[in-house]
Amino acid sequence: MNILTNPKKLRGFERHIKVDNVSRRSILKGLGLAGGFVLAAPVMSRPGFAAYQTGADKMPHGTVVDPRVFVSIASDGTVTIVAHRAEMGTGVRTSLPMIVAEEMEADWSRVRVQQAHGDEVKFGNQDTDGSRSTRHYLMPMRQIGASARTMLEAAAAKRWGVPATEVKAINHEVVHNASGRRIGFGDLATDAAKESVPSVEGLRLKNPKDFRYLGKGAIGIVDLRDITVGAARYGADVRLPGMKYAVIARPPVTGGKVASFDGAEAMKVSGVEKVMEVRGWPWPSKFQPLGGVAVIARNTGAAIKGRDALKIVWDDGPNGKYDSVAYRAQLEGAARKPGLVVRKEGDVDAALKGADKVIVGEYYVPHLAHVSMEPPVAVADVKGDKAEIWAPVQSAGGTREDVAKTLGIPQENVTVNVTLLGGGFGRKSKCDFALEAALLSKELGAPVKVQWTREDDVRSGFLHTVSVERIEAGLDKSGKVTAWRHRSVAPSIASTFAAQTVHQAPFELGMGLVDMPFEIANVQCENPEAAAHTRIGWFRSVSNIPHAFAVQSMVAEIAHATNRDQKAMLLELIGSPRIVKLDSVKDLWNYGEPYDSYPIDTARLRKVVELVADKGGWGRSVPKGHGLGIAAHRSFVSYIATIVEVAFDDKGKLTVPRVDTAIDCGTYVNPERILAQMEGAVIMGMSLAKYGEITFKDGKVQQGNFDDFPVIRIDESPAVTNVYIAPAGADTPPSGVGEPGVPPVAPALINAIFAATGKRIRELPIGKQLEA
Amino acid sequence: MIKLKINGQEQNWDGDPDLPLLWFLRDEAGLTGTKYGCGQALCGACTVFVDKQAARACITSVSDVVGREVTTIEGLHPTGDHAVQKAWRQLNVPQCGYCQAGQIMQAAALLIENPKPSHDQIREAMSGNICRCGAYQRIENAVHLASTGV
Repeated sequence: MNILTNPKKLRGFERHIKVDNVSRRSILKGLGLAGGFVLAAPVMSRPGFAAYQTGADKMPHGTVVDPRVFVSIASDGTVTIVAHRAEMGTGVRTSLPMIVAEEMEADWSRVRVQQAHGDEVKFGNQDTDGSRSTRHYLMPMRQIGASARTMLEAAAAKRWGVPATEVKAINHEVVHNASGRRIGFGDLATDAAKESVPSVEGLRLKNPKDFRYLGKGAIGIVDLRDITVGAARYGADVRLPGMKYAVIARPPVTGGKVASFDGAEAMKVSGVEKVMEVRGWPWPSKFQPLGGVAVIARNTGAAIKGRDALKIVWDDGPNGKYDSVAYRAQLEGAARKPGLVVRKEGDVDAALKGADKVIVGEYYVPHLAHVSMEPPVAVADVKGDKAEIWAPVQSAGGTREDVAKTLGIPQENVTVNVTLLGGGFGRKSKCDFALEAALLSKELGAPVKVQWTREDDVRSGFLHTVSVERIEAGLDKSGKVTAWRHRSVAPSIASTFAAQTVHQAPFELGMGLVDMPFEIANVQCENPEAAAHTRIGWFRSVSNIPHAFAVQSMVAEIAHATNRDQKAMLLELIGSPRIVKLDSVKDLWNYGEPYDSYPIDTARLRKVVELVADKGGWGRSVPKGHGLGIAAHRSFVSYIATIVEVAFDDKGKLTVPRVDTAIDCGTYVNPERILAQMEGAVIMGMSLAKYGEITFKDGKVQQGNFDDFPVIRIDESPAVTNVYIAPAGADTPPSGVGEPGVPPVAPALINAIFAATGKRIRELPIGKQLEA
Repeated sequence: MIKLKINGQEQNWDGDPDLPLLWFLRDEAGLTGTKYGCGQALCGACTVFVDKQAARACITSVSDVVGREVTTIEGLHPTGDHAVQKAWRQLNVPQCGYCQAGQIMQAAALLIENPKPSHDQIREAMSGNICRCGAYQRIENAVHLASTGV
């Protein structure tokens, strides 16, 4: 058949709607730069009819609920399901098609997954970030599967001349119980394609008790075999006939440019074919390339060797003095003075003045680099006014838009093929590397692969911000916290889109600062100014990292000061089970979700704390030199609590014998991948806590590779990591998984170190602070 | 002209003898299972066998392997069913998967040297291989599974 013979037809139904959205691309709108986005969305795009609403339809191009776009059935019964989101290790390429297969009663062993190219009009939003895929697509994917099932059932009923109500799809067949007749999906494909697509409102969804795959976690990822035999194809693995290999020497200072260069020595390197200057954009310019000098060769090794031989004089521009030591002092100065008030309840000044005791904590989290194992890389083939891209990008649709704009050609002329991503972590939300490849291919008139080296990745990326977090907590005589002032100072991601940005955007403030859930009478959150001097970007969990580090460290500091148990203190501060009201917060972000469906529910936060404490044995006696720390945090509308056990040997060497993490992510699809994400989040959290630090001197990044920007290796990983998924009712909306595991790890680790040693770490990374 | 033997097949190279084996494998021979991660033998993503011993292809030059047998992930087992590969699949180890070829080659090399490594020995032998997704717990368990069958 092909239910999706001509999905392009959909374009005929396009209508223009104005979309108020929260995506990375739409940030321009929030900044008043783009004059408002007018986005085309297909008529098939409509909100889910389920009991809960999500922010899915506020994303650019919303959702597309149409089986003709996502499902096809071959006459041999093979069901092909389109994965329209990018696979960077979360398992989404397996989980979303599995939802469709579940509802349509397809047999998973006869399902093939096909990766969508970048086309948001056709597929709906493809921007794979913000831990959104499952929460935005669980219901649309169920509806797509149910539609396909309904069409198959209708076709079978017609063929048998019986009412559709008498037939039922079961495991790749439609069955008529009364007569015992059955017919396979493959035999029905052609007829089913002639059926009209049923209205979403009338669809019958499966009863969750009949689920075969959803919530079971018994299915391996679709790329598992390919990965283990070296056949999985990442961006770096794309090879085209006649393809050239390029590396680029980029300005070492953000906003710098080439003053002059000499490529003579580079041209002498065996295998080097060309040296050329490439276009850069002034800073800031969203995701546009930095420019520099490209070396084109017959293989990557020759290109790298050629680049080493380049002589380039750079004009560093306005950021040539960026210095991390001086900048930190500047942030600290700002944190000690009043700043823009972004949340206010009660009178925090009076409450602090009248407090019996005031505890002050000032916390520092430096810049971080993503260092996905696959550094940025892209292949482009530009011919005339047409461009084809192969790249590991998180946002296929956004990449298509940006390539079209950069080359000055219509979007329809750009094809973006999404490969597997060798890690993403937010770095590959920015398509600068694909734009570089497109520009070079256009110049050379040949297909080109642009490979970033690890040093390029560390030095020329979009770093996690750098922040100082200052919290003042006022306590009354009984030890009750009556005042809480949190000042957060950090350059904003918005600075990558608009010059002169000095305040965090609502989506950053809403990641653990203004949405702080404690039950305290007087609360004030402030955001003093900070200007950026390098490109700041999304890094897995984003501003939750510094905000949760500060808040959850402060909880343990208060516990210590008042001689209470960390967990008891945490629960006391979270307070009564309730829906938190944040009336004083303007533009509460809430991860783009409607507050009615996804409120801050302290009962759920308490529940994960209790769950991890119970399963993780909080309060157990530990050997000498060991300590336990706990932290809990809501992010990406999920609730996480983590316990870390640390151990110090006679020589003061730190190890982590055990980590326990509990997550409440609502209704879930693939618990096996949730475990994997949480296990991995522990490692990423430990990496940033122990080692993560990018510093600048004279405007240049001082690190370059895994020797001076280390990450946790297997010999330092926890001996055991236990993950507990809180059971959720089927009516609890699904929430994020990819990112929320990270934020509690660093504070839980730091709190454990305090419990073991009495040493309070307030600046990350730990580095050498535990020595001597 | 340099003659190489990769996965049992003869290959010729008439370019720079100092070219890192990694780029010969990936860009010239089309064996893209071996990955680039750091270029300095810091991450292990490019691990291959040179005469049954684990080597980092990013710091091994083409001329270094003349007269020796190079085995990549594509050549580890004819049907992809080496005990390590099977254990990896059984435990659903990979997340993004990019580093996994290097991890599997390192694990396979370990089991040649030490067929029954302890957990500490596994952690030590695998510590040169970075997984940014953090699949370490499963990697450790999969190596153990491959060595013991349980």
